[in-house]
Amino acid sequence: MWDLINNSVYASILLSVAIAIIGSLIVINKTTAITGSIAHGSFGGIGIAMFLGSGIILTTSVFTIVLAIILAFITIKFPHRQDSLIGVIWAVGMSIGIIFLSLTPGYQSDALSYLFGNILLVGNQDLIFMGSIDILILISIIFLYHRFLAMSYDREFLNIRGINANMLYTYFLILTSLTIVMSVRAIGIILILALFTIPGLIAERFTKKFFSMMIISGMLGLIFMISGIILSFYYNISPTPTIVIIAGIALILSLLKK
Amino acid sequence: MTAVEIKNLYFKYDKEWILEDINFSLKDKEFMAIIGPNGGGKTTLLKILLGFLTPNKGEIKLYGKTPKENRKIIGYVPQHTNFSLDLPITVFDIVLQGRLKKGKFFYNQKDKQKAKETLEYLKIDNLQNKKIKDLSGGQRQKVLIARSLVSEPKILMMDEPTSAIDPTGQKEILDLIENFEVTRIVVSHDIKILLRDVDKIAYIHKKAVIHEGPKLNIPKDRHFCEVELIDFLKDESCGI
Repeated sequence: MWDLINNSVYASILLSVAIAIIGSLIVINKTTAITGSIAHGSFGGIGIAMFLGSGIILTTSVFTIVLAIILAFITIKFPHRQDSLIGVIWAVGMSIGIIFLSLTPGYQSDALSYLFGNILLVGNQDLIFMGSIDILILISIIFLYHRFLAMSYDREFLNIRGINANMLYTYFLILTSLTIVMSVRAIGIILILALFTIPGLIAERFTKKFFSMMIISGMLGLIFMISGIILSFYYNISPTPTIVIIAGIALILSLLKK
Repeated sequence: MTAVEIKNLYFKYDKEWILEDINFSLKDKEFMAIIGPNGGGKTTLLKILLGFLTPNKGEIKLYGKTPKENRKIIGYVPQHTNFSLDLPITVFDIVLQGRLKKGKFFYNQKDKQKAKETLEYLKIDNLQNKKIKDLSGGQRQKVLIARSLVSEPKILMMDEPTSAIDPTGQKEILDLIENFEVTRIVVSHDIKILLRDVDKIAYIHKKAVIHEGPKLNIPKDRHFCEVELIDFLKDESCGI
């Protein structure tokens, strides 16, 4: 049991790094719907991996990176129709997953665990993958902090400065897709969106600097996850929805404060 | 020294010509106002000057090179109404963005010093720690001007710099632009700019009609107003 708890705490710490950086960027770039689309679409990768018997992490990573590139293209080329097109990718990705699962012999109960996630079931392999993605995210933010911030404010100006804003935006969506893959085992496809946006939404209200927003957002994410794990133990309930409900209550309370 | 040279420029979107046979030039440190009706092609021309759009025909040179080749000399002030005001970013950090360039990932001491000096020059250094949403329209516009000036451009292009600003703010912004010692191209539907010390006026409505010389001198420039049938000029500037 302590191994389970240990791994869930390690997972929470590793996830909080991604929540701090990618979650905050999702909020300030207003890419919540795109993130939801990649998260739900990632089920296609899981379905394909199960059908082929290939590694879930590798197959889903490749699949979600492709989705991220498609979504980047769509949102850049068709900005006025992006909401509908994002919804289409969302549904098509999930449908691919369902079709491949139905073609896979036997009952795929494991597939459902990726929909809802369980932070208590995170294994050592998952932790290694999470750590690797965190390192990539940290290196990216160290070098691209000012560019990401400028991209959030005014992409056109970034182009004037000789920096390819569309390329940077596509890279950000690829990082988002890898963050989703690292989180599906722990948080689940359906609830990822809440955990990656609520801390940022709260933090944004109380800071003038993006750097502070990332720090506050990561700390809030960690607090929500640890308190959710503790409550789920005491009351024998599923941890991920508990975490999301705690985060939701915190968001409501923050909105009440002027 | 020729700063801007446009020769026989044509641009079409789908099958419709938006700009036809545009010709003008601008010398170093001159000030040009681009005016005209909505949908007449002003913004398209600005996007071509910025290198975002490529003309179908013709030639465009900024200090001897194409806009794409010479983007680093351009300072651009977009319309401020398009941006998210909720971003957790201070005025100082927005201004610093003007120092970003290809291959540069971190700001150095010189960048910060330049940003500080630019804020002082525009008399908005007292706002440097404020969030953009806490500023008035005129102050926001000055922040965007500061972000452009901090890159030490040779040519400053502005898109509707006085839109959505109160009259006092408009005057302040136009006073500033008038005195900048760089080549300036200002796209505006606000005719007050014509009463400023501009060197050239381009009236764009598919084709360009260029008025050279200082601000419109009525009735000396009556011909420009009458011949080109610019309604709002007739009504407000020319008083015809």
